[in-house]
Amino acid sequence: MSADVELDRVTIRFGSFTAVRNATLKINNGEFFSFLGPSGCGKTTILRTISGFLEPSEGAVRIGGRDMRGIGPNKRPTALIFQNLALFPLMSVAENIGYGLRVRGVPGEARRRRVDELLNLIAMPGAGDKLVSELSGGMRQRVAIARALAVEPQVLLLDEPLSALDLKLRQHMRNELRNIQQRVGITFIYITHDQGEALTMSDRIAVMNAGVIEQVGDGRSIYDRPETAFVASFVGENNPFEGRVVAAENGHAVIESPVGRLRGRNRRAVSIGDPAVLFVRPEIFALGSGHEDGSLESEVLNVAFEGNTTHLFLRGPDPKKPIMVSVPRGAGSSIPEQGSRTAIRFDPEDALVLPAGSLARE
Amino acid sequence: MSSTVGRIAIVLLPLLVIAVFWAMSAMERRVAGHPGERGFLQRNGAAISLYLILAVGIWTLLLIVLPQLYMVDFSFHPKLPPAQRGGERDVYTLENYRYFIYGSTVRTDQLNTVHLKAFFLTIGASIFITALNFAICYPIAYYMAQVAGPARLRVLLLLLIVPYWINEILRAFALRVIFGVNGLLNTGLMAIGVISDPIDFIGQDIALYTGLSYAYLLIMVFPLYNAIESLDKNQIEAARDLGAPWWHIHLNVVMPFAKPGIAAGCTLVFMLTAGALAAPLILGGPKSLWFTPIVYDRFYQAFNWNQGSAYAFILLLTCIAFVLVVLKAFKVSLGEITR
Repeated sequence: MSADVELDRVTIRFGSFTAVRNATLKINNGEFFSFLGPSGCGKTTILRTISGFLEPSEGAVRIGGRDMRGIGPNKRPTALIFQNLALFPLMSVAENIGYGLRVRGVPGEARRRRVDELLNLIAMPGAGDKLVSELSGGMRQRVAIARALAVEPQVLLLDEPLSALDLKLRQHMRNELRNIQQRVGITFIYITHDQGEALTMSDRIAVMNAGVIEQVGDGRSIYDRPETAFVASFVGENNPFEGRVVAAENGHAVIESPVGRLRGRNRRAVSIGDPAVLFVRPEIFALGSGHEDGSLESEVLNVAFEGNTTHLFLRGPDPKKPIMVSVPRGAGSSIPEQGSRTAIRFDPEDALVLPAGSLARE
Repeated sequence: MSSTVGRIAIVLLPLLVIAVFWAMSAMERRVAGHPGERGFLQRNGAAISLYLILAVGIWTLLLIVLPQLYMVDFSFHPKLPPAQRGGERDVYTLENYRYFIYGSTVRTDQLNTVHLKAFFLTIGASIFITALNFAICYPIAYYMAQVAGPARLRVLLLLLIVPYWINEILRAFALRVIFGVNGLLNTGLMAIGVISDPIDFIGQDIALYTGLSYAYLLIMVFPLYNAIESLDKNQIEAARDLGAPWWHIHLNVVMPFAKPGIAAGCTLVFMLTAGALAAPLILGGPKSLWFTPIVYDRFYQAFNWNQGSAYAFILLLTCIAFVLVVLKAFKVSLGEITR
């Protein structure tokens, strides 16, 4: 069985510090939902609140329509997979997986059958007698998932469980997690600071910054139509140009930036005089000069050949953050040399003007 | 050697040893330079290595091994006036052990019920006190290790440690004052009307058990604290998240993990309680007879050092055997305890 999860104006405070501010969203039944944000943004706090280790200072958490206030983590229909997995080191794999069943008083024979089923699900049949210390990182990962699934939760909560794995395994486990989710069909709530993980696995993503949910949507809409400067700068590579709005008409806005006037789509309705940021993704740029408010010229600081694309880094308005330009292989234009000055252009239809706000730090 | 020379030697020898040791290390440093990752001998040089081995060896031998061996030997000899020691009547005998069991050095028709009772009472009560101590200390240690924040932990540690700055005997007398017939507790209980007549806490051995539990509280708390502190908090939360009630978590997650600490604390407390002398002497009621005062009496009241040695040896061996059996039963190795 699966359940939806609803956060209703949830605020969580620790003393005078507000970790999560007024979070409202609904996670659908059977959805793979991710909270994405930098460390300290409050995403783990939200997860601990859903699992019952924390109570919201204000607002309510509802699982399957039922208000969870006052219901402890051991009584909620959720199971949590910890960042460090928290497997019991003195128990065997089977004992770990069967722990929740043992707590519920499931008799030995039924428990063994269920454990065997789960070992099959995680593709580790016959590994029940092994000790946790004998397993590799990926296997531990899978045992932790099996242990959580054993209690048949309606919602599975995952707190950056892949962060300790190496890159190859991480990518493999992404597919595996997604497969397991589709097979068991329950709601997965996934916490991560890795946008690649969030984008590849999730049905929908909530991007968080400083305790506030900035945007909720599927991966494509978050990447293509970010609603805040933070989301635009945090999800995917992006080049921000800060400035003040000097013109706004026909769904477009023009900002006066240190590198000249630049035009982009004005989906958030900034008006003349507002501080704003124009974002251009590296792949939107093309080499060569173009329209007056859709091009700029700067010095090439660095050229990085990466096979299918070449990244150019140009001197930008912020000396610490060069402008990044991706040139796909076979684009037809010759790559300018390091140290030369070159012109780049972009289509203002693909650039975004957003109200000024905090940007993600590298 | 005259007594003055002996006295001077006693005062001067340690100072001399320290001075020699300091001089040698200073010389070594100048010759060999900074000690790196080398073996014991290379690190210290031949002279200091020899000195260290000899110093530790002699200390262990003279102050620990030999006296114990001497006592063992003593316990197998009859009590004799000094003139006859080493004479033809000074033979190996089991009469001291016989006395413990039968109350006579020759007869075997009657059991020495007084001493045997005291002995088994001591062992039994020590087991009980160890269990009680564990029951008291486990929550404290758990709270300190997993719940309390750093500020509260410091306060707790201070509160636990400060009473132990007071001498053990003073502490025992303080408990006597509290538990006496006209003591604080009785007066207080009568004042609020819980009881009408004073309770004889001392006669009922309540004072003794309390005193003994309190005396070795810290020795239980710290190994437990150490063991529980290294447990990953997430494991407790994981168990809770999987639906475990609190007692299940303690029984199946925390305690198995803390087993070496529990074993260390329990064995230490058991040994110390069984061998305690001050608390039983001060807090013991007229009925209760702890075994250690009996041992003490063998030495200093009966002036029978041979019998005293036998008694002490019986207690020591029983305690060690008991501890080893318990460790075996709980599958804890000696190595784990020292972790």
